[in-house]
Amino acid sequence: MTKDPAARIVLKQEWGNYFLFGVESPALAGEAKPGQFLMVRVSDHIDPLLRRPLSIHARERNTLEIFFKIAGRGTALLARKKEEDRLDILGPLGAGFRLDAGLKGKAVFVVGGGRGIAPLYFLARELRTAGARVKVLYGGKSLPDLPLKQKFEKAGLDVACSTDDGSSGFHGLVTGLLQNETNKQNPAALFVCGPDPMMKKTAEIAAREKIPAQFSLESMMGCGFGACWGCVKRIRKGDDGAWRKICEDGPVFSGDEIVWEEEG
Amino acid sequence: MVDLSVDLGFLKLRNPVLAASGTFGYGLEFEPFMDLNSIGGFVVKGLYFGPREGNPPPRLVETAGGLINAIGLQGVGVEQFAEEILPRLRKYQTAIFVNVCGASDEEYIRAIEYLNRYEGIAAYELNISCPNVEKNGACPALNSGHTFSLVKLAKQASRLPIIAKLSPNVTDIVEIAKAAEEGGADGISLINTILAMAVDIETQRPKLTNIFGGLSGPAIKPIALRMVYQVVSAVKIPVIGMGGIMTGSDALEFLIVGAKAVEVGTANFIDPAATLRIVGEIEDFCRRNDVKKIAGLVGTLKV
Repeated sequence: MTKDPAARIVLKQEWGNYFLFGVESPALAGEAKPGQFLMVRVSDHIDPLLRRPLSIHARERNTLEIFFKIAGRGTALLARKKEEDRLDILGPLGAGFRLDAGLKGKAVFVVGGGRGIAPLYFLARELRTAGARVKVLYGGKSLPDLPLKQKFEKAGLDVACSTDDGSSGFHGLVTGLLQNETNKQNPAALFVCGPDPMMKKTAEIAAREKIPAQFSLESMMGCGFGACWGCVKRIRKGDDGAWRKICEDGPVFSGDEIVWEEEG
Repeated sequence: MVDLSVDLGFLKLRNPVLAASGTFGYGLEFEPFMDLNSIGGFVVKGLYFGPREGNPPPRLVETAGGLINAIGLQGVGVEQFAEEILPRLRKYQTAIFVNVCGASDEEYIRAIEYLNRYEGIAAYELNISCPNVEKNGACPALNSGHTFSLVKLAKQASRLPIIAKLSPNVTDIVEIAKAAEEGGADGISLINTILAMAVDIETQRPKLTNIFGGLSGPAIKPIALRMVYQVVSAVKIPVIGMGGIMTGSDALEFLIVGAKAVEVGTANFIDPAATLRIVGEIEDFCRRNDVKKIAGLVGTLKV
């Protein structure tokens, strides 16, 4: 983990409220693993004060990519950055996905909802390199919420989409698409990132079908490296669950570790 | 060559910049980003006698130039700290302060008596001012009588110097500071966070599960500075100033009003090497202004 105070933006793509930046930083890119994240400063001033946690979307030699949707003032400011601007970034942070050597030759599903697709491109390609047969399930509200569909396809990955309004692919939630797919064939593993209700439902399917599943959790974070204890979630580690740090103990946890909150 | 050392009376520091409790973990979290020996010292996250679960999330809200936290002092107890963490900190030649907490007077004393057996701690910072552990932000530092009696008990139990960390959530900070001094405190640190809240207008719910939290960050610096000034004018024991310090010039303001040292808090989250950078910025200021000894700048406010 290191700090690059001036990582140069070498690529910017946008689709409505969705943005993708490529940032050149050999120091950050060298260590990056799928499921890890970056803490990015969105302002040079004291407001907004905190860095924003963003998943590592892809790694290309000396470049890391981030993909995000405008969700508030911080990401709105970040979205205004242009190519050649510099970003102050801490990373790579967190433990990331565990890529089990036993997945070679096995079918695995990578399931992303909305902006939760962000870490799954890097992961899907690494899984394929590790010899797994990867199927990507990518869900959004509507076709414009699936801006990365073609990118996955171009990378030669098998992608199935879902939209809540039926404008593309399976008509319904990505968890419905997952249920359909598991009815055909259970994968050897699930890798999931998306909104909490989607991940909770996915965890239920995984538990029922006895599929090992890993979930990348999202949280507002104070620091991103374990110092503030602000981003906790109830996680079991051989106990009944304690407030554990998403930034440091995660952000990726296995389904049986996560204590999902009751719907209020 | 600028002499950045300062003398707290009970302890000499390499330079006046400390990392504040609750923002620096147990120190080890910052090893990847900086040499811990380059700062005056650090105050480890508050320790109760036993481990603490902390508050349910959400625990953080970002506000204009600030951060409200309601962590609730989650952390390891004194035993795990002393047996597992402290041995890894002893290699550093920097001052390590332990922030001591308690749900009762007795628990503060138990924690101190336990930690007394271990080498490698420079002083205890008595955390009598956390706003996130009792209802409505209650804590001993809101009351001069309790401040006096608890500091006195702690001082009797401790083999190390006691720094009383005060709360800004009082009508008269001077009264509380004097109570800490009379109770025998070797030093005072202030301010802890300011009791605060934020509301989600869509759900009409508080943004923190705890409802209230403690506001920190640059938003609180002017209040902190005023309180530090009031306290240094009223007590003889050394004062460590903190509240919203982000830069060397922020730190210098606290030194000029009379703080012997400063603690840097929220800045550590944004820039994990903030303390180191601030030491450098103080040194640069001294060079530019021909200040040979930083200690000579302490309390030079002209009014």
